[in-house]
Amino acid sequence: MDLHLIPGAVASDEEREAIDAAIGAAAPERHLLLPALHAAQAQAGWISPGALNHICARLSVPPAEGFGVASFYAMFATKRRAPRTVHVCDDIACRTKGAEAVCRSLEARFGPAGQDASGVNGAATWVRSPCLGLCEQAPAALVQRAGDARGDEAMAAATLEDLVLAVESGDARAAQRTVVPQTDAPRDPALRLLRRVGLVDPESLDAYRAHGGYAALRKALSMGPERTLREVTESKLLGRGGAAFPTGRKWEAVARNPVRPHFLVCNADESEPGTFKDRVIMEEDPFALIEAMTIGAFATGCERGFLYIRGEYPTATRRLERAIAQARARGWLGDNIMGEGVTFDIELRRGAGAYICGEETSLFNSLEGLRGEPRNKPPFPVNVGLFGKPTVVNNVETFANLLDILSSGGPTFASTGTAGSAGTKLFCVSGCVTRPGLYETPFGSTLRAVIALAGGVADGRALQAVLLGGAAGVFVTPDELDMPLTFEGTRAVSATLGSGVIMLFDDRVDLGDILIRIASFFRDESCGQCVPCRIGTIRQEEALHRLVDARQQGEGGTAREVTLINDLAMVMRDASICGLGQTAASAVQSALQKFPLDTFEAPQEAQ
Amino acid sequence: MDAVPMSFVRYVDLTIDGKSVRVPEGTTLLQACQSAGIETPTLCYAENLTPVNVCRVCVVEVEGARTLVPSCSRPAEPGMVVHTDSERVRHSRRLVFELLGSSVDLSTADPKYLADMARYEAVPERFDTGDATGHGAKATVQQPVKIDNELYVRDYSKCVLCYKCVEACGTDAQNTFAIAVAGRGFHATIATEFETPLPDSACVYCGNCIGVCPTGALMFKSEHDMREAGTWDESKQAVTDTICPYCGVGCTVQLHVQDNSIVRVTSPHDHDVTEGHLCIKGRFGFQFVQNR
Amino acid sequence: MFGAGGGTSAYREIEETDLIVLWGSNARETHPIFFHHLLKGKQAGARMFAIDPRRTSSVAWADVWMGLEVGSDVALANAIGREIIAAGLCNTAFIERATSGFEEYKAAVEPYTLEHGEKLTGVKADAIRDLAHSYARADRAQVCWTLGITEHHNAVDNVFAIINLSLLTGHIGRFGSGLVPLRGQNNVQGGGDMGALPNKFVGGQDVEDPELRAMFEREYGRPLLEKRGWHLSEMFDAMEKGDLRAVYVLGENPMQSEADAKRTRRLLEGLDHLVVQDIFLTKTAEVADVVLPAAASWCESEGTVTSSERRVQRVRKALDPPGQARDDIEILAALARRLGTDWGAPTAAAVWEEVRRLSPWHGGMSYARLEALNGLQWPCPTDDHPGSPTLHTRLWDDPVTGPRAPFEVVHHAPPVDELTEDFPLRLTTGRRLDSYNTGVQTGGYTSPLRHGERIELSPEDAERLQMVPGEVVRIVSRRGSVEAPVKIDPGLRPGLTFMTLHFPDDVETNILTIDAVDPRSGTAEFKAAAVRVEKISVAPAAEPVGASTAERTR
Repeated sequence: MDLHLIPGAVASDEEREAIDAAIGAAAPERHLLLPALHAAQAQAGWISPGALNHICARLSVPPAEGFGVASFYAMFATKRRAPRTVHVCDDIACRTKGAEAVCRSLEARFGPAGQDASGVNGAATWVRSPCLGLCEQAPAALVQRAGDARGDEAMAAATLEDLVLAVESGDARAAQRTVVPQTDAPRDPALRLLRRVGLVDPESLDAYRAHGGYAALRKALSMGPERTLREVTESKLLGRGGAAFPTGRKWEAVARNPVRPHFLVCNADESEPGTFKDRVIMEEDPFALIEAMTIGAFATGCERGFLYIRGEYPTATRRLERAIAQARARGWLGDNIMGEGVTFDIELRRGAGAYICGEETSLFNSLEGLRGEPRNKPPFPVNVGLFGKPTVVNNVETFANLLDILSSGGPTFASTGTAGSAGTKLFCVSGCVTRPGLYETPFGSTLRAVIALAGGVADGRALQAVLLGGAAGVFVTPDELDMPLTFEGTRAVSATLGSGVIMLFDDRVDLGDILIRIASFFRDESCGQCVPCRIGTIRQEEALHRLVDARQQGEGGTAREVTLINDLAMVMRDASICGLGQTAASAVQSALQKFPLDTFEAPQEAQ
Repeated sequence: MDAVPMSFVRYVDLTIDGKSVRVPEGTTLLQACQSAGIETPTLCYAENLTPVNVCRVCVVEVEGARTLVPSCSRPAEPGMVVHTDSERVRHSRRLVFELLGSSVDLSTADPKYLADMARYEAVPERFDTGDATGHGAKATVQQPVKIDNELYVRDYSKCVLCYKCVEACGTDAQNTFAIAVAGRGFHATIATEFETPLPDSACVYCGNCIGVCPTGALMFKSEHDMREAGTWDESKQAVTDTICPYCGVGCTVQLHVQDNSIVRVTSPHDHDVTEGHLCIKGRFGFQFVQNR
Repeated sequence: MFGAGGGTSAYREIEETDLIVLWGSNARETHPIFFHHLLKGKQAGARMFAIDPRRTSSVAWADVWMGLEVGSDVALANAIGREIIAAGLCNTAFIERATSGFEEYKAAVEPYTLEHGEKLTGVKADAIRDLAHSYARADRAQVCWTLGITEHHNAVDNVFAIINLSLLTGHIGRFGSGLVPLRGQNNVQGGGDMGALPNKFVGGQDVEDPELRAMFEREYGRPLLEKRGWHLSEMFDAMEKGDLRAVYVLGENPMQSEADAKRTRRLLEGLDHLVVQDIFLTKTAEVADVVLPAAASWCESEGTVTSSERRVQRVRKALDPPGQARDDIEILAALARRLGTDWGAPTAAAVWEEVRRLSPWHGGMSYARLEALNGLQWPCPTDDHPGSPTLHTRLWDDPVTGPRAPFEVVHHAPPVDELTEDFPLRLTTGRRLDSYNTGVQTGGYTSPLRHGERIELSPEDAERLQMVPGEVVRIVSRRGSVEAPVKIDPGLRPGLTFMTLHFPDDVETNILTIDAVDPRSGTAEFKAAAVRVEKISVAPAAEPVGASTAERTR
């Protein structure tokens, strides 16, 4: 290709070194673009023209395309930026814990978000962030540090003082933890997916083995791919990413596809507001995910796997890096796994701040070094997936179920839960709740039961609404708590389990404010490819602003806004390319339908 | 030569708006509609580019499908039952036009798109608020015209982000990749790296982006200047097909002539030599005949 | 080729070929729309070899670059041919059925072993072997070339050497397999087809064939010369000898386009009478006795042109010509009238009907069909003939119809202008994307890509000569010298320099080039001059610095 580089732009020696290290000795192919951009960003705090030139020259990528990719991701700066950026979550769960007030205080102290924070000599800036997946420990933040060996670090339950310190010095004082209340004494003995959480050192392969690790893979290898596939099919496992597609059918379609090679992808780009289940698995039981991916690869004939983790999960990323390295060193990833002649290895890839990359085809594009824009379907990934080849793509929680399926057998697994929803489910309970955290229950529990498990509404307040399934889910009212939390049960009442989000809002919460934040989330995260979503999401946000303002000012004219919002909802749902646009109006619509309009008038207490 | 036939053509039977239609396998729903005499609006589709199905104005309803499907890229399948004028289809087409009309300057768009807007009774003004400030105010893509060379201008206030220029600059024709989509969401734009001016970019001024732009966002500078001066008058223009005077490839050029001056050069999209594409000399190298 | 002067394949065939050999062509810049078709072939999976002394923007798309020494093309082709034979990869059935002269060819290429080929061409033996095997094994393969093959003293040998390879492998006469010479200029193909060659009537018909000549004599009602005429370089030789004293130039600017510009000027200025018919007052027109202002044929008059894929297409009048400019046909008819023959007022359509009557290739090409079908590819003898996208398919008929295709024995002959201690650098010339020939046309528009004439040096030579970008230096050949600023091009190998012919008013590159001519094609060796490059910043001690500066910036 006759590349034209940016005239006169030269990378610094440090940038060059960091980029070359990221590209490594492998063939310099385009799919290394995202890792290379990460390296440049982590070194200099922005993607400089010189760094982009070097990356593009190494990978034969036209600079305009490289820039198009870099500018797609929120964690990459394409204008010179301070080396330290504190991302402060102001998304819906954190809003119930005072995030907005914290942001206002930061604004007063350091100036508007996105600019160099005054008083720190250009060394830092702070920005507002969408959900960071630490909702059970809200409010959350992420410290992104360039040219700093500490790398990125997540903060949880952060006070204003913690955040001020982070901006001023880079120290992340309120480090994140993992909150799984069922593992507190007395520990729930029925836990399956969470059985090792809190008991087993997540950084030790030996500890993992001592607790039953790698028995499932050994069993799969002894049974062979066909039997393994049959167990998965008979388990009736449905995908946990939100679409609930039968995993066995997906795997069989790839396994039987004559086109080679096959790829296996783990979708760990957990970004749905209110969702943190995959983070907990990856942080607390990383070997389980690696073992499960290896089983999947063996069953479907994949020799190469990619684990795409969202960029805002530094702890999970580090744990997985260590776990992959240990598995590789032990010969349980690589050319001759367990001496059985099976080849499979995993490349860990970090996202860089783009919700849309959780959509599987966007994820493929992101992995391939393209903009994370969704592809039109059909063709589906089992036929044309990553690099255009048949691809298995599953969510972290889906993979995690594999170990039980292999250990106890598909039919046994299928006997847990309900007829339409086999197994157990992880629920991310957050918001105005007594014991926020990750919970596991067999399918079939009611929403009321799971809320009760978490101690009910906090502070003895009255429940106003529950957001079920995430920002792309629906609001339910206190009258609907008896719905069973199953795929079929939620579908029957036009709700969705989505990614397992259960977010509570008590009577003090300004639902109008929450709706606007949801709308602005979709506006911000829309990739911009299709018209209904690109323009529809911003028009939805504008109309909601006007609707809420009109109510608060006691004006009329809301009917006009409601008509527009409904019209937008229909075109986004019907004509958007992917699930983002198709569900961008879902929560808003459910709220407008279920709650009287004056709900969206801000209550005095929240003002 | 071998006596083997070049290919077997298999046919697909489907129903469109109650009519039985038979098309060769691989035919898109858009082509199937065309063959059935059903007019379908398009915007990001062009016969000389790979369908990107981003504008969503060509969507149709396929029974059994949860969402509407883009007819430009969806192949016809046996037994499909397609509706092109259902309430859902009309609604989506109308809203797409309204959304574009509410955020983009369509004043120089190809008249056929404006006719389609009228056909679907699109009223972009519905989204006007009167209030230009405040968080409920209507966002648009309004921005200054980019004039950084003597050959063509870029007015992204008129850009509907149809990706056609990116495709023509990229693998569908020129393979120069001087521009790409940058940014995200409503603020996504067509850009060079770091928005550098064209003379510093990879641009080779083939103008194939202009050739596919549906809205006049990309325009010959001569046309831009004439429009600014108020002298642009398409009613006084004639278009003549001839052959480029430069190298030996023999590209068909269409000379748009007003007052005995060439004011714009295009190439027919359905010509198997150029497929609508030219190089800098064919596109802009005509001036010498007017310098005599 | 084999009696038909045209490429064998339609452009679109390269989209479905398996192997592309781009030989002596920077099509990315000189034939951009053909390159679109080529890239479609690449996207569909074709492998591409680029043979070029320079690492051009076209080469950047190739899987393999073969950076040969300027003028070693025959040696390379023969080495490829020998390797194909030695490896047993010949298409023996095709050779036996459709060709002649194979044994002589085989014997002739025997000395061109891979090692010897590497020595003569500078291309690694492994790469030659790779190309030989890939070309021979490919189901379909296309070889494309441009002036890198034909602007040499042995241009015709170069072409024969490539044709030999196609005969060896059967990569000819089938869809996707063929030979594609890309014509440098808009209607070079058509000019030749229409009889604007010293030895041909319209339709490639030999003027020295008595039967054919008789047909034309019947048509024109008068006797015609029995012998072929002079081609361009023979005309200049005739001027030198005093045999040619009056010249009528139509649409050409030899004063600036011919190699060895000093000689050209002397000869043109020494003529008794020079007539120039052009759309511009060119440098040639400036010294003419009579200038006939013409309409621009592509947009101010009607007619046809023929492209590199033998496609005849209509040109049409879109503009009225300025001032006194008149249509070429009208001028010629008026001239004929002054000379005593009244042709009336012939139209382009009427002239075309004459072509259709007399040419065996064009009979089926009515204006109506040309317009309806976006042109037709010759041969198209009758009204119901679909035209011929692929030529020489007859070679695959069993048995072959018509004459066999002959191998032609050719041998390596290095460039005439030898490299010596005094002239150690090879200067080669070519075009840039936005400009064309002597810039008479492209000078009319403002190109953001245009930076004027420069002498391009390899980084190594620039360092050795201590020259920096932008520095004005003197380039000296055995014929003269010019001055130009330096540009450093990492795509040049040490010892190779590059200039264009686009800015003769600023830098007269053709002062440097050699008019060594292939006697058969009449094309000069623009691609290979021997030069040295000198710094001129060191002013002679006696001369005031100011004067030398003034001269440099004149």
